[in-house]
Amino acid sequence: MREKPVSGPTQPLAAPPETAAAPPPTPALEVDAVSFAYRSRKVLDTLSFRVERGRFTALLGPNGAGKTTLFALVTRLFDSPEGVICIMGKDPRRDGAAALGPLGVVFQSETLDLDLTVRQNLHYFAALHGLRAREATARIEAELAAVDMAEKIDVRVRDLNGGHRRRVEIARALLHGPDLLLLDEPTVGLDVPSRRAIVERVHALARDRNVGVLWTTHLIDEVDPGDALIVLHKGRIVADGQAADVVRASGQDTLAAAFDALTAAEETGR
Amino acid sequence: MTTLAYGLAAKAIVWREMLRFVHQRERFLSALVRPLIWLIAFGAGFRGILGLPVQAPYPTYVSYEVYMVPGLIAMIQLFNGMQSSLSMVYDREMGSMRVLLTAPLPRPAILAVKLMAGTLVSVFQVYAFLAVAAAFGIVAPTAGYLTLMPALLLTGMMFGAVGMLLSSTVRQLENFAGVMNFVIFPAFFFSSALYPIWKMRENSEVIAWVCLVNPFTHAVEFLRFSLYATMNWTMLTLVLCVFAVTFLLAVRGYDPGKGLRTKGRAG
Repeated sequence: MREKPVSGPTQPLAAPPETAAAPPPTPALEVDAVSFAYRSRKVLDTLSFRVERGRFTALLGPNGAGKTTLFALVTRLFDSPEGVICIMGKDPRRDGAAALGPLGVVFQSETLDLDLTVRQNLHYFAALHGLRAREATARIEAELAAVDMAEKIDVRVRDLNGGHRRRVEIARALLHGPDLLLLDEPTVGLDVPSRRAIVERVHALARDRNVGVLWTTHLIDEVDPGDALIVLHKGRIVADGQAADVVRASGQDTLAAAFDALTAAEETGR
Repeated sequence: MTTLAYGLAAKAIVWREMLRFVHQRERFLSALVRPLIWLIAFGAGFRGILGLPVQAPYPTYVSYEVYMVPGLIAMIQLFNGMQSSLSMVYDREMGSMRVLLTAPLPRPAILAVKLMAGTLVSVFQVYAFLAVAAAFGIVAPTAGYLTLMPALLLTGMMFGAVGMLLSSTVRQLENFAGVMNFVIFPAFFFSSALYPIWKMRENSEVIAWVCLVNPFTHAVEFLRFSLYATMNWTMLTLVLCVFAVTFLLAVRGYDPGKGLRTKGRAG
């Protein structure tokens, strides 16, 4: 019995398929039609946006815009009743705790244990993410060195100033190698040099480590023209794009003027 | 995360709770001094007034101080359970609980490990108290000190779960002190910690009935039997049931965003 000839690579039976386009990369964070209300007061209204890996995305909004609420929804401190939030393609409500694995967080309020040393705080956090002691030690040393805090490793957090505590929080958020880094107004209460150092450091992280960064702030000078920018006002997104494009589209010269125009337009529009 | 990773995380939570306890020396001292004052002052006063017949699990007549010990052990654990819950409210407001809750761990597991950590602290406090009591000549059978251990773990978890349930119902740290006053003192006084139930019944059937349904009584009696290396299955079942129900309700009712909403930070 003769076997059917097997077609070789040089004799295709059919025309080769056209080269398939590579699927778009999974965004670090995807927020789709998310709304939230405290009792009857709606604070977020049908928000949709994405944070891409390797990009610094600034979420700019005045006090009360809904930034911290959005932050609490992404970190699952609140559950979102409407819409979908995905971290690296996973919905924390469906995929449970595993979806939080690629997430690094720096909260607005300090969350370090003041009575523990920097080393103890970081080892505690590393263990929560399942890092073994030896690996944790290596990463702690590397991350602290990256934020110029290596010599403070055995200092109690209570004895550190605000800027140093912030740096430790950033080092902590990066210990487990997250794909998405959330920072909720991380420079509040810091002096100008500390603020500048942290902003530069986080920009470098996005660029060098391909981390998606969502940086909430109400300080306009923390946003670079090349950053992705989302302007949030009264729970709604009033602008979404590259910062320079947002300024251009608003017909203003500066981001500050564009921000004022966007939020004022929203005021009069209601 | 793997099973090993979950184990590492659980160990870290327990370690942090222990470290916090070590840093709070006054907490340890107050946990030790409070029951000792009861034992010495109250025990000395009531020794001559209150006659106790032979009753299980005691093989013979016992002094009032010996009768009080299980109630005081339960008091240590109740206070500790409430304090652990208080620390959870504090952590929720200060933010360190948020770090824990954004770790890739199942939320019920986080709360269970937090309970276990608090319980281990209370076990340490109880054995320190028993050592001091032994110095005053108040001793239990040697085997009882061993059989007490698993009972302490269970009752400690039960008190912790009750505290956690309470902490899930209060919005702010300041409100928790009031809740504690309405829980700790009624739970302690309307129980078999200070007097046997039959003694209560001599004066009021209603109070005796309240004592009988009080979960604190079940814990005290379970500990009393365990300290004498005797199993009381009824009390074990009741303690298990109270723990299961309160823990499930606490997990269901736990809202980590409460502190955020209350402080108006959720802008």
